[in-house]
Order: sequence, then structure tokens, then C-alpha cells
Amino acid sequence: MANVKSNDHSHDTEHHFIPLETYLKVFGALIFLTVITVLAAQVDFGALNAIIAFAIASVKAILVLAIFMHLKYDNMMNRVIIASSAFFLLVMYFFCIIDEVTRIVQTSNL
Amino acid sequence: MSTANHQNGHHYAHHFESAEHEYETAKQGIWLFLCTEILMFGGLFVGYAYFHHVYPEIFKIGSKFTDWRLGAANTVVLLTSSLTMALGIYYNQLADKKKALTMLGITVVCGAIFMLIKYFEYSHKIHLGLAPGSWYHINEEGIAELKAKGVDAIPGNLALYFSFYFMMTGLHGIHVLIGMGLIVWVMMRTARGEFSGAYYTPVEGVGLFWHLVDLVWIYLFPLLYLVT
Repeated sequence: MANVKSNDHSHDTEHHFIPLETYLKVFGALIFLTVITVLAAQVDFGALNAIIAFAIASVKAILVLAIFMHLKYDNMMNRVIIASSAFFLLVMYFFCIIDEVTRIVQTSNL
Repeated sequence: MSTANHQNGHHYAHHFESAEHEYETAKQGIWLFLCTEILMFGGLFVGYAYFHHVYPEIFKIGSKFTDWRLGAANTVVLLTSSLTMALGIYYNQLADKKKALTMLGITVVCGAIFMLIKYFEYSHKIHLGLAPGSWYHINEEGIAELKAKGVDAIPGNLALYFSFYFMMTGLHGIHVLIGMGLIVWVMMRTARGEFSGAYYTPVEGVGLFWHLVDLVWIYLFPLLYLVT
């Protein structure tokens, strides 16, 4: 610890500063996708409506994560952390759906 | 023990190798916290999906009480606040105090507008007796509003929808309020000139939290306002 020279880490002391223009472009894309979400919901695609809405929401989420939250320029560990939360959310969802299909749908008279 | 823990004017804690090490560690802590946040909101989302599948009719009728125009307005407000939050960090990186404060200030105002719109939505629902759980007592006005929207038979367990609606938007709203408080805190530190390109860790951390609040809304908006 005693003799850590700053030049040992000089390569990573410079943070990546994202240019202003990139932020504005991403904002434009997010607003555009919101308009698309609203327009797509006016058309009746049946069960596809929910899938379309969630697909667009996920594209927006990835834009926010990558640029606004700087994950595109971040280290792999932070990406793995956020991906693990998405993974365990899917696990929770998956087991709940199994419960519903094998128990509620089979035995309930709702 | 090294005492030479200064780098570009920022004094970092002695148990870190460098200012960069300190920054990365703090940021990783925030990401781990955001992971728990996603799982907390995730429980509500999974519950919503589960019961939506079991009682689709209740969710179809309940969602008639949400106005997509208000939801869309709030989406634009939150996306704008996310942009200004990112720019608040950007200008702090450039040590441009005045612009950083302006951007962070707009972010707080956007949060307030969001909560104001939420207040109008909530008070309308509560006025119709559409409160969550055992507080749910739909009144004549509520029944009349449903009739006007072509619903004649109101299911007895419609309260389920409003439990989800208020829990999800309520938990999200609490996050908006906490986020606003945190942004005011980093604004005060910005005003004191504490941040520059060498040190802006608190602004980055608060920014990550604020963007997560925006992320949750990105999913809540289609779920509660658009998909029936």
C-alpha cells in the first residue's frame, strides 16, 4: 500500500466523458420510442400488444443503461451485476408461471 | 500506511490505491444496490403478471381508470429529467458549476411535475373510492364512470387492480421523492464547488439511482396505461 505510484494507474484515471451530442441523440431516440409505444397500443394486435410494448420498453431500458448510466463504457463487473438482477427476475417469473399453469389453471374454478 | 493519497486535488480514503479505485468501488456499491432495487420492483411486476393472467377481466376494467395521456406526459417528464441528470454529471465533470446546477435544478423540477401529475391521478381515483385493498369502496361516481366506458358488471374483487396500481406507482413515487432529495443534496455540494473531472462520485451515484427510477417507469407506463 505504501508506495503506490499514481502513474501505476495512470491509464485508468481518465474517465470516459460522453459527448453532449450523444446524450441528446439518446434522448431523441427515447422520446421517439415513447411515441411508437403509444401508437402501437392504439392498434389491436391481440396478445402481441403486450409483447410489442415490452420489447420497445426493453430497447429504451438498454439505451438508458448503456448511455445515461454509462454501462457502455463501464467495467464488466457492473454489467454482470445488472444482468444478474434481470436473470434472477426471470427465474422468479418462471417459477411463478409454472405454479400458475400446474396448480391454479389445473385445480381452480375461478 | 501511505499519506500521499491525493490525486488531481481530490483527497481519497487511505484504504484505496488511487482515486480511480475509490470511484470504481463506490460505483460498484451503487450497482449492487440497484440490483436489489430491481428485484424489489420485480416482485411487484411478477405479481402483476401472475394475477393479470388469473383475473384478466379485473385488470382490463381497472386499467380503464388510467388516462394514457397523463402517463405519456409523465414519461416525457421523466425522460427529460434523465437527460438533464446525465447533463448535470457531464457539466460537473467539466467543473462548470453554473450549468451543472441548472441541469440538476431542472431534474428536481421535473421530479416535482411528475409527482404533481401523480397527485391529480391519485386524488381522482380516491375520490371515486378506488383505493387499494380494504380501503376500496367504489362509489356511485366510480360506477357511473365505468358505465360511461361501457362496463356494466363490476367484479367484486376489482380492488386487486388498485392494490397493484397504488403499490407499484406508490413505491415508484417514493423513489422519485427520495431521488429529488438526493439531487438537492448533490446540488448543495456542487454549489460549494466540491466536484470536478477528478471527483464527482456522489453525482454519478445519485444519477445512477435517478436513471433506475426512470427505468422502472419505462416499464410501468405501458403496463398500467396502455396494455389492457
